[in-house]
Amino acid sequence: MAQERADTARPDPSGPGAPRRRRRAGRGRAPGDPRNIGWLYVLPGLAFYVLFTLAPLLHTVYYSLYSWDGLTEKTWVGLANYGEALRDSVLRDAFVHSAILIVYYAVLPVIIGLVLTAALTRTAIRGFRFFRTTLFLPQLIAGVVIAQAWTWIYASDGPLNRFLELIGLGSLARPWLGDFTWALPSIGAIGSWVTFGLCMVLFIAGVQKIPTSLYDAARVDGAGIVREFFAVTLPGLHNEILVAFVLTTINALRSFDIVYNTTAGGPGGETLVPSMYMYQNAFLYNRVGYAAAIATVLAVAIFALAAIVLRVGDRGERA
Amino acid sequence: MSTARLDRFGTYLVLCTFTVIALYPVLSILFLALHRKTDLVTGFAFPTRIDLSSFEAAWTEGRFSTGFKSSFIVAAVVTGASAVLSIGTGYAFGTMRFTGDRIVFPIILLGIIFPYEATVIPLYYDFQDVPLLHWHLLNTYWALILPQIGQSVAFGTFWMRAFFRSTPRSLIEAARIDGATSFGVLWRVLLPQAMPAVLTMSLLVFTYTWNEFLLALVLVSGSESHQTAPLGLSFFAGAARAGDPTKVAAAAVLVALPILVVYLFLQRHFVRGMLAGALKE
Repeated sequence: MAQERADTARPDPSGPGAPRRRRRAGRGRAPGDPRNIGWLYVLPGLAFYVLFTLAPLLHTVYYSLYSWDGLTEKTWVGLANYGEALRDSVLRDAFVHSAILIVYYAVLPVIIGLVLTAALTRTAIRGFRFFRTTLFLPQLIAGVVIAQAWTWIYASDGPLNRFLELIGLGSLARPWLGDFTWALPSIGAIGSWVTFGLCMVLFIAGVQKIPTSLYDAARVDGAGIVREFFAVTLPGLHNEILVAFVLTTINALRSFDIVYNTTAGGPGGETLVPSMYMYQNAFLYNRVGYAAAIATVLAVAIFALAAIVLRVGDRGERA
Repeated sequence: MSTARLDRFGTYLVLCTFTVIALYPVLSILFLALHRKTDLVTGFAFPTRIDLSSFEAAWTEGRFSTGFKSSFIVAAVVTGASAVLSIGTGYAFGTMRFTGDRIVFPIILLGIIFPYEATVIPLYYDFQDVPLLHWHLLNTYWALILPQIGQSVAFGTFWMRAFFRSTPRSLIEAARIDGATSFGVLWRVLLPQAMPAVLTMSLLVFTYTWNEFLLALVLVSGSESHQTAPLGLSFFAGAARAGDPTKVAAAAVLVALPILVVYLFLQRHFVRGMLAGALKE
């Protein structure tokens, strides 16, 4: 009973009408309640959030306006740290690496997920729960642990190189994470591995909510698997695709745990990402003000990307 | 074979292939961990016998009894506190209207996509000497607990609000007519039904807190007795990988194990929480 109720808390992707109706039903004021008693329940949680999440972010912005080594007096430098960030080719490279990682973390898993979903919608899947459980597994494992597993897979004498030798491609074997050309794609592949299951499960669950009558109609009209995909599946998965993009893109920009524990930005800075560079500046090079500027730029980039994806998605839905 | 049978065969082939891809990295580190250093493993390293000596060595040499204790304390306190706080905020945003609620809620929602990398620098300096209070929190559990409660409340508020909004209005009104206070409605009427939603939320918060790495690296690296399990693993891997990869593999398996065991039993909660939570946006 209570179980069912939690399930009804699921999202209703049926369009803008539904949430509004629910708001009217749900947001009504409890009878006789003092109007502001809600604050009593909100304040404790809000206090933690403001003190330990929002305030530090603003504090970061404040630091970014100073030159500071973390020990001696701060010196006000205005926007000089941001000016330096614009000119710093290392930081520019770090953002380029992030952009490349987005292809691996977000674009590739979403495409793989969609293609597979298209293939899988033709038949009902028995044992879906088993597949869902395993495909989802990588999501729950700590980044540090994932890094150890893949460091072993990519090692000179590890499984990947052995596999290449086995199929006669031994000449391609290399220490993947130490290779100037291959280190970044290798980290990207870890990201694809972590996120593709999430995309797949998200899309398969979404497809099951598309009315079968739409598929029947498409088949009656003689649509093949490709036409069916573009006419029914893709529009039906609109919400799921958006969510997948937001989640995986943010993952890509925040790839600190995996980068730190596999390559730490090496070899020769080939896998340096902004969060790693921020960490190095703040805690290894004692350039706290500059690190804070990098952190601010990164935060703005993440908020902006999320806003853009959601905005573009919204427009797509209205069209 | 008929087309339908072929379709079905292809479907399962695809699903099984990707299931193997999802599982293999996890299995490969387990295989490696089941060896000992003198086996000089290379390649696929299928275990021929079950040898747990690497686990023993990793547990003692990596000081994981300390790491696990720290991780459990931090994750338990964060999970408990953020559950209580989020039930409160979710209840208010889900069933009441008050001045400013439409402004405050989106600000809390921001916390879900919040890049908390951007908060570690001031946390590091402020926890050395908390402004006004002059507490020294760096290298204590508080340094990990307080910020992670703040982050978890954002997701928790969003999650519990959705639950409370979905409860029938009539239930609350009936209790009010019977003279229940707003706290009475929450405590006696709504909370008993909210337990599955609270459990899902708690599992996710516990998992995120257990797996957290950057905050631990920055805020408790200086104290061996406060290091969390993932941080301990990172240090241990750095020191021991060249010498004995089987021990590092065993340590990695140990760190992942508690979450994996819970996941095996309660996987529905995890998947529902992560998918529904994401989609509700």
